[in-house]
Order: sequence, then C-alpha cells, then structure tokens
Amino acid sequence: MKLEIHQLTKTFGTHRALQIPEFACEFNRCLALVGPSGGGKSTLLRIIGGLEIPESGTLSVDGVHLPRSEGPLREYRRHIGFVFQGFNLFPHLTAVQNVTLPLTEVHGLDAREARKRADQVLERFGLGGHGQKTPGQLSGGQRQRVAIARAVAIQPRFLLLDEPTSALDPEMTVEVLELLEELREQGVALILVTHEIGFARHAADHVALVADGNIAFGATAEEFFGNSSDPEVRRFLAKTLKFASI
Amino acid sequence: MGWLFDRKESPASWQVQALHLAALLVLFSLVSWALLSGAGLKWQSVWQYRAVFVSGWLLTVGISAISLGLSLLIGLVTALASRSRFLPLRSLAILYVEIIRGTPLLVQIFWFTYVVFGDFSIDRQVVGVLSLSLFTGAYISEILRAGIQSVGESQLESARAIGLSPIQTYRFVIFPQAFRQALPPLAGQFASLIKDSSLLSVIGIPEFTLAAQQASSATYSTLESYLPLAAGYLILTIPIFLLSRWLERRAHFAT
Repeated sequence: MKLEIHQLTKTFGTHRALQIPEFACEFNRCLALVGPSGGGKSTLLRIIGGLEIPESGTLSVDGVHLPRSEGPLREYRRHIGFVFQGFNLFPHLTAVQNVTLPLTEVHGLDAREARKRADQVLERFGLGGHGQKTPGQLSGGQRQRVAIARAVAIQPRFLLLDEPTSALDPEMTVEVLELLEELREQGVALILVTHEIGFARHAADHVALVADGNIAFGATAEEFFGNSSDPEVRRFLAKTLKFASI
Repeated sequence: MGWLFDRKESPASWQVQALHLAALLVLFSLVSWALLSGAGLKWQSVWQYRAVFVSGWLLTVGISAISLGLSLLIGLVTALASRSRFLPLRSLAILYVEIIRGTPLLVQIFWFTYVVFGDFSIDRQVVGVLSLSLFTGAYISEILRAGIQSVGESQLESARAIGLSPIQTYRFVIFPQAFRQALPPLAGQFASLIKDSSLLSVIGIPEFTLAAQQASSATYSTLESYLPLAAGYLILTIPIFLLSRWLERRAHFAT
C-alpha cells in the first residue's frame, strides 16, 4: 500500500489539528500511527478514511487522490473498513444484523448471501454463538470483534482502526490484537492508530510518529524501534516504554 | 404501618398487595353506591339517549383516529424541518411549534372555525380534525425531535463509515432508535389527543362530550350523563396508558 501526503492541513475552528508538508510511505501489510494524545493521529486516520475533509492539500492512497466532495467520498468509504475506539455498533440490531446491514443496503447482496457471509465471519472471529445478541448483551472485546467483523465482511480494500483497544481491559485487548494479527497474516492491509507500542513493534511493517499535527518521523518498524537517531522518536519511545520492561 | 410500604429492598408481600387491592375495591364500591343510589336519579330517561351517546363516542373515536394519523405526519415533517440546514424551513417549523404550544387549544379551535375557515363552507368536523391535528402535531414534532437527537453522534459516524446515504441513515439507524425513545411519550400524547377532542364540542361537533351535554340538558340530569361520559373516555385512554407502560419497560430492557 502506498500513502502520499502533500501540504495537508486540517483545522477545527481555530485549532490547527494537522499540518503535514510532505510525507510518503509504502508498506506491505500494516502501518501504525503512534504518538502522544492530541497529536493529530486520529484526525489523520479519519482523513484517510474519508470521514474528514482537509482544508487544503492532497492525500493519495495507492496513487489515487482522495475526493473532496461528499458524494464521491461516500463511494470511497464504501470500500474501506473503519473500526472505532468506541465500537460504534448499532445498539438496536443484533450482531448478525450489524454485519449484514452494509452488505445488503450498500453492497447489494441479497439477504441470504449476506447472512451466510455474516455467519462465516462471526464464526471465524469466535463469535459463532453470539450472532443473535445485541451489542448491549456482549462484552467489550466481543463488541469490538463484531465491529471488526462488520468492517471485514464487506471485503474492504484496507482496514482502518482508530485505537481499537483503548476502551478494553488487558485481556480483551489481547483478544482483539490476536484477531488483527490473524487478519494481517491473511493479507488484509491495516492502518491503525494505537497506543499498543508492543503490538506496533510486532505487527507493523511501517510506523509513523504523529505529534503536534505533523508526521514527525516515519520509517520501517525495524528502523523506528531499532536504532532511530531521531530525537523525537527516542523521547517518545523512552516515555512509552518506561514501564514496559517490568 | 410498616407493612403498608412497598420498598425496593423490602417489597410488600403478595398478601398485603391483594388485601390492598380488595380494600380499594370496597372503597370504590362504597363511593359508587353513595353516588348512584341517590333518590331521584333519572337513569331511565338518560337511557333513552343511549343512541346519542354511542354515536357521539364513535365520532370521538373516529376524529381521534384520523387526527392521530394526521398529527403523526405533521409531527414527522415538522421534526425533520426543524433539523433542516435550510434556514427558512427551520424557522418556519420553529414558528409553528411555538405558536401552537403558546396558545390554548380552545383559542386555536375558535381561530380555525371563525377566522381561518370562517368564510368557507367547510364541514365543521373537518375543521375540528384539522385544528386537533395541527395542535397535536406540534407536540409530536417535539417528541420526535428529542428522539432523533437522542441518537448519538457516534451512530451517525458509523453510518457514514459504512457508506449509508443520508436517507438510508434515517431509515436504518436514526428512526428505529428514535422511535424506541419516542414511543412512551407518543402514547401519552395520543391519550391527550383523545381527551382534547372533547373541546370540539364548543363548535358544535356532536362528539361524545356534546352528546353527554345534550342528554344532560334534555333530561335535567347531571351524574347520569357525566358518569358515562368519563367512563367512555377512560375506556379509550386506559389501554393506551397500559401500552405506554409496557413500551417503557421494553425500551428500558433494550438499552
């Protein structure tokens, strides 16, 4: 996957959330966006996902510029999977219905096909017996797995995940990370915003440090965690890994 | 007296509840007996007006049913208009709701009957249905608006992320959740609609209340006419309240 950014800016009111002069990276399976809270990594992910429109500049995925108006942008969003920190499942629908809704209404599958695919994906994600439950009856880890199932079932070009484990306890976090690892192995391209440095190190081929609205540093995972001489990366890693070695 | 209390941590036993119900029944019978056994009650002369009562009651049911459908439609359109990004539409919706909610229904009925439609030869019942629908529609629009607003930003975001169009978002995400929220207050509003229809008696629509008034003045009776009147409304409203309670409990479990 190829990601190129040129003179990208995004502001919310008077707050400048992003200002990235130039960035380009090519990665095989997984790009991790890491960095301090409020640094702009979620905003960047939402722009890549077509959920926010930048004020100026361009962002292209695999050589194609992202559209800037709602109509074409919606068409673009239909072919990528987006997973939110807070799951954002539809509470009035069962797990199965959450997965089939985009399949039948957006992707034109008939009800039986959609149901079959939903059952398959849920089964594969270890949710076989939970299809008829509503989100309120599921644990956090199960909800996030349903949300990922919803995103994967449409067979997206790639998957975007915005801090997918931040709302989960350690055990459930592992549940979800294992699932992501599995998807990666199967060849699903992922871009994720994460605080799980361990996971980024283990699973990402490329890592970008987003801070103060800019991509401060981007490199292969080996370089990023290995012997990066970039002072900001060193400072960030020193902080986040302070208690990790216990 | 402690046994008369029904607390969450120590609920009243079923024996106490049964005894309580029995006592209420006895009290109710005593009051009814005192009222109904009075000398000089003209049940027989009022009985002769039973056809008037029945046709009045049926007219009340009919007017309420039509107004219910119409007010739902008005309420829905107004609720959507009040959320519109097109400013004139939104202002119009807000103006309508505030004028209706700021004036008594009786005044609105006079306006529609004598001012707005005063010069037209339009059936009074149509005017009655219209004023009742416009009145209730304003309240329903507020109930629906609150229901729509209760659907969180994250839900809309999710709908956008999976690529639903705005219309699909309303249909599959917003309305199902908004209606669940709105159902209990909507049921209450429908009960109010039925009761409010009694005001249409002032413009001479022969609905239930006017029927009772006619029977009362023709037979010089009071209780004998107005007791069936109250009972006739209760027959309609109590099922709605029971339904509303049931819906409330169901919505509670769903969240």
